[in-house]
Amino acid sequence: MQTFDLEANGLRALNEKLQAQAQNTNETAWSVVNPRGSHAIAVGLDAPIEVTVNGSTGYYCAGMNQQATVHVKGNVGPGAAENMMSGKVVVEGDASQYAGATGHGGLLVIKGNASSRCGISMKGIDIVVGGNVGHMSAFMAQAGHMVVCGDAGDALGDSIYEAKLFVRGAVKSLGADCVEKEMRTEHIAKLTELLAAAEIDADPNDFKRYGSARQLYNFNIDNAY
Amino acid sequence: MAKDDKTAPQTLPRYSNTFTPEVNAEIRRAAATGIYDIRGGGAKRKVPHFDDLVFLGASMSRYPLEGYREKCETSVTLGTRFAKKPIELKIPITIAGMSFGALSAQAKEALGRGATMAGTSTTTGDGGMTPEERGQSERLVYQYLPSRYGMNPVDLRKADAIEVVVGQGAKPGGGGMLLGQKISDRVAEMRTLPKGIDQRSACRHPDWTGPDDLEIKILELREITGWEKPIYVKVGAARPFFDTTLAVKAGADVVVIDGMQGGTAATQDVFIEHVGIPTLACIREAVAALQELNMHREVQLIVSGGIRSGADVAKALALGADAVSIGTAAMVAIGDNDPKWEDEYQALGSTAGAYDDWHEGKDPAGISTQDPELAKRLDPVEAGRRLNNYLKVMTLEAQTLARACGKNHVNNLEPEDLQALTVEAAAMAKVPLAGTTWIPGQGGM
Repeated sequence: MQTFDLEANGLRALNEKLQAQAQNTNETAWSVVNPRGSHAIAVGLDAPIEVTVNGSTGYYCAGMNQQATVHVKGNVGPGAAENMMSGKVVVEGDASQYAGATGHGGLLVIKGNASSRCGISMKGIDIVVGGNVGHMSAFMAQAGHMVVCGDAGDALGDSIYEAKLFVRGAVKSLGADCVEKEMRTEHIAKLTELLAAAEIDADPNDFKRYGSARQLYNFNIDNAY
Repeated sequence: MAKDDKTAPQTLPRYSNTFTPEVNAEIRRAAATGIYDIRGGGAKRKVPHFDDLVFLGASMSRYPLEGYREKCETSVTLGTRFAKKPIELKIPITIAGMSFGALSAQAKEALGRGATMAGTSTTTGDGGMTPEERGQSERLVYQYLPSRYGMNPVDLRKADAIEVVVGQGAKPGGGGMLLGQKISDRVAEMRTLPKGIDQRSACRHPDWTGPDDLEIKILELREITGWEKPIYVKVGAARPFFDTTLAVKAGADVVVIDGMQGGTAATQDVFIEHVGIPTLACIREAVAALQELNMHREVQLIVSGGIRSGADVAKALALGADAVSIGTAAMVAIGDNDPKWEDEYQALGSTAGAYDDWHEGKDPAGISTQDPELAKRLDPVEAGRRLNNYLKVMTLEAQTLARACGKNHVNNLEPEDLQALTVEAAAMAKVPLAGTTWIPGQGGM
C-alpha cells in the first residue's frame, strides 16, 4: 500500500503519480490521507489501481475516471465521478450536487444520500445510491442505470432519454416525459446485479422502474411549455 | 372619373417598411405551423460592423512600411498564462468550433486540412472529436460543451487546447437542437442517443453553476491534462466586460468572445436576430476588462462573429484582440451556398447565398448534412485547399493594412489607427468619428 499525504505533497503531485501508473503497475493500492475537502482528487486516472481517500473531498473527486477503483471514506463535494468512463467509485458518505454527471460508463456507488441533479445527463454510467436523491436527478439522462434505495426528489428523470431508473422509496414528482414502467424479468436481473456490485442489501422486488415515455424525442409544439 | 378607369394616374403599390414581404411571409408561416422558425447561420439584420471603421494610413505623422518588401509578422501565441504548451499559430485567424453532426465528416476534414496548411488551429464542436479531424488538424482545440456529447479524457488529452464553451454569439443563453434527420448511425453513437431523434444541447453546463465553480472545473481539466494545454473560455457577447473579468478570474488562458453575427447550426431565428450584441461592440469592453486586470496580452483575446476579410481581421486586432475566429466564412470558403448548386437551393425554397436551413440536413453543397450522397459532393482535399487560399488572402490583406499604418506586426495595430464612419460605430468601437476627435460618451470635439 502506497500512502500519499495530500496536505504535505499537494494535489499536482498526487494526480501526477496516480495518472502515471501503467496497466501492469505493481503499485496497485494507494491511500490518500489528509484530503481535507480538496478539489479534483484522483482525477483522470487510467489504470486498474485502487485508491482509498481517507476523508471528505471537494469538487470533482475521481472525475473522468477510467479503470480505477476510488473509495472515499467520507463525503464528496459536487461533481463526484463526473464523466466517468469505466471503473468504480464508492462513496461511504453523502454526495453533493451532480454526482456522476455525464458519466459514460463504470459504477458509482453512494452509500449515503445524493443531492440534486444526481446523474444529470448520464450517458451510460451506472449509479447506485443507498439513500435519497435530490431534485432533478437523471435530468436529460441518456443511457445507463440509476438505482435509488431511498426516495427521489422533484422532477425525477425530467426529459429523460434511454436511461433506466429504479427507485425503492417515494418519488416526489416525475419530470417531463418520465413515466413509471413495467418491471420485467430482465430489469430485476439487472437491478440484482447492480445491488450486488454496490454491496447494498436490498430486495429488487421492492423497486419501481421509471423511464422515458419517448414523447419528447421529436420536437412537437404541443409539448412546449 | 370612373373607378375602373385603367388609364387614370395611380400610386405604385408600396411595401411597408415594418410589414416587409419577409415579415409577412414569416407571419403566414407561423400561422400555418404554430412553430417558430429554426434555422442555421448567423444574424441577417444589418448591425454596426467593421465596415463602419476605416484605417488612418500613415502619411506625415506616421511612417508606412513598404508593401511586400518590409516584413509584417502575423504569428501569435495563445495560452501563455498557465499552459506548459501554448499554441503557436502562424496567422491570427483560427477556425471556430463546428460540430461533426452539424457538418459532414468531409467538411470537418476540409477545415482541418485548410487550417493546417495555413498554420492555424481548428476546433471541434458539439458531438466530440473524430479521428479524421484529429488526423488532419495539426492544432486542434477540443470544445468542452454543456451537452458533453462524446466527451472523454482520451480525446481531451489528444487536444492541443481545451475550449470551455459557455455560450456562442448566435444564442447567448441558449442551447441547440440538432434535428433527427441529421442523426445518422455514427452521429447517434458519438452522442449516445438513439438514431433519428432530435438532440437537445443544453444551454448550461450540467456540473457547474457559476464562475466560482468554473474555476474549480478548470482546475480539474488542468489536473486531468497535466497543466499542458491552454484553457479557453468562450462566451456569447452579451456582457463582455463582466464575462471577460469572470473568465480571467476563473483561470482562463484565453477568452473567446463571439459577437451576435456569429453562426449556429440550428436555433430559433428570434434568438439569432435578437439576442446578444454586435461583434464591434464587444471588443473594447473585453479589452478594458483585461487592461483593468493588467492581463491584456497575458490572457489572449479571440474575437469572432461575422469576420469576413483581412480588413475585419486587422480592425479586430487594432481594437485589441490577439486573434480572430471564423466559422460561417470558412463554410463559404469550402463551398457552402455556392451558386453552382443554385437549382437545388431553389428546389429547397431558397437561393444560393441565402440558404440557411442547415438543420434539415439537405445542404446541396454537402457541408451541413449527414446525407452520405450529398456529403460525397465535397472533396475535402480541394475544399481544404480553398480554405487555405482564403486564409492566405485574409492574412495578406491584414498585413497590407498593417504596413500602411506603419506596423511590422499585425498585432501592433492599435485603436489610434482607426476612425469611425458612423456615430454608432464610434461609440461601440470607442474610436473617434472620422474627421473629429469625438468619441461618443468620452468627450472630444
